[in-house]
Amino acid sequence: MSFIMVKHIRKTFKVPIKTEGIIGSLKSFFNRKYRYIKAIDDISFSIKKGEIVGYIGPNGAGKSTTIKILSGILNPDSGSVKINNLIPNVDRKKYVKNIGAVFGQKSQLWWDIPAIDSFNLLKDIYKIDDNEYKKTLNELIDLLNLKDILNIPVRLLSLGNRMKCEIAASLIHKPQVLFLDEPTIGLDAVSKKMVRDFIKKINRQNNVTVILTTHDMKDIESLCKRIILIGKGKILYDGSISKLKKKYDYLRKITIETKDKIDIKRNYIVKEKKFDNKIEFTIDIRQIEINEFIKLLSSKISIIDIDIESSNIDDLIIKLYEEFEI
Amino acid sequence: MKSYISYFKLKFITGLSYRAQAIAGIMTQFFFGFVYISVYVAFYESNHSSLPMELDEIVGYLWMSQSLFSLIYLWYKDSEIINMIKTGNIAYELLRPQNLYFMWCSKILGERLSRVTLRFLPVIIIAVLLPKPYNLDISITAFRLLLFIVSMIFSSILMTVLVCLYHVICLFTLDERGVVNIFMVIADILSGLVIPVPFFPKFMQNISNILPFRYISDFPFRLYVGNIDFNEIFISLGMQIIWILILFILGKTLTNKALKRVVVQGG
Repeated sequence: MSFIMVKHIRKTFKVPIKTEGIIGSLKSFFNRKYRYIKAIDDISFSIKKGEIVGYIGPNGAGKSTTIKILSGILNPDSGSVKINNLIPNVDRKKYVKNIGAVFGQKSQLWWDIPAIDSFNLLKDIYKIDDNEYKKTLNELIDLLNLKDILNIPVRLLSLGNRMKCEIAASLIHKPQVLFLDEPTIGLDAVSKKMVRDFIKKINRQNNVTVILTTHDMKDIESLCKRIILIGKGKILYDGSISKLKKKYDYLRKITIETKDKIDIKRNYIVKEKKFDNKIEFTIDIRQIEINEFIKLLSSKISIIDIDIESSNIDDLIIKLYEEFEI
Repeated sequence: MKSYISYFKLKFITGLSYRAQAIAGIMTQFFFGFVYISVYVAFYESNHSSLPMELDEIVGYLWMSQSLFSLIYLWYKDSEIINMIKTGNIAYELLRPQNLYFMWCSKILGERLSRVTLRFLPVIIIAVLLPKPYNLDISITAFRLLLFIVSMIFSSILMTVLVCLYHVICLFTLDERGVVNIFMVIADILSGLVIPVPFFPKFMQNISNILPFRYISDFPFRLYVGNIDFNEIFISLGMQIIWILILFILGKTLTNKALKRVVVQGG
């Protein structure tokens, strides 16, 4: 039995259309027109306990809306959601005790006071007993290295440190499910890595199910085995990253530097570009292994330098977006 | 219950961390109290026709309203809650295993009590030490003091459910201006904070006697200075309770309605 079951959910938003300028504003004041936007259009998936799933898609694809429905904040227009045998918007109070969430663009900490005060408040909200709370808090302080920042008012913290506290706040009640909506937005490389490592750690240690939305493909690559790609409110792909790579990620750019002249025509060479004494080949690795190709080249010319562009999941996603026209 | 008290505590801590704001508040309240009273003193000296309140009564009324101002004025929005609605941070509030309405009520009451705690005593002390006729008279019978405290407790609760209602309405309008502002202006005037209710024309007095606003400030202060007879005291205490119930049920029902159609702003 799946831990999270989502069946055919739909959600439409009613958005007022406002025309520009003063006259336009006046017009829409008296005669307001609405547009209906299908944020989510028939989405179904299921997730097992302890999985980390990357939920990706371009801006406006319906990612945040899905997260909000899963966390019980929004009601779907139709369809059903069941998580750990609870229906989020029906058993709300019972359900939300088991989930934690970080919305990267919002804040759950109290702005003017130190984070530790916010944590103490959460302790009371979730009715955590003293010993349990102390234990969890100390764990989080160790793992996230929070010791020196807990007593500083949140407004004075750097974004990276604040995000650490946000994540700690979402885990203080030991949730079984963690929703992360763009948790690394705006962070520098070091903080990003730290956040990723931490997510991996708590997933492994506490078997927390994590659903992650992000635009940073490195997050996805380092954290998730499985991704769900959505666009225009529909699921376009649901499966492992490696399968996706096999299917779409078969082109490699190999740039060589040489003084010799070379002229090879093979059908696995998709593109060939020459500039100065460099040649850039784009080859199809389904037809020839890179190693074979280099052997072939070195048998014909002397190679001064070589650069093989590693596969890049960003490009892969762009390719996917293009293919699905989203 | 404990968690609602924690909200209250946290708001209290936050409120206390702004010292400059508190000092500015004391000065403002003292300044306004002094200006109002000077106006009334001049008015009473030049006017000898019968007035609805004695001079010492009006002076006491004004000092009480100034010292408790930050608790009872109705032109009040909790900027944190409003921002939460506008920016979508309310998403986090909805994630908590709690009732949003009670959560907001305890936040509002916590913040306002924290403000009044720092301002109340200094203003009272200064007011008592002023020369006649500007000074506050603190000779009051124990029984009336007790009634005054009870009425102030009801008044604080009434204020909380009323102000919370503004914020609940914002859940629908997604903005604190417009309807809510109009509502607040009316509330402010009818509460007697601009001009004490006894000075209203008769028909305005009748209106404000029916509505809840006057029972937040005008009633307890007149009870304190003794400008009200015993019958009226008990009727007014009853009115406070009735309005607390009405506004509470209204606010709670509207919150539940709003949450069914909630839209979280932005991303």
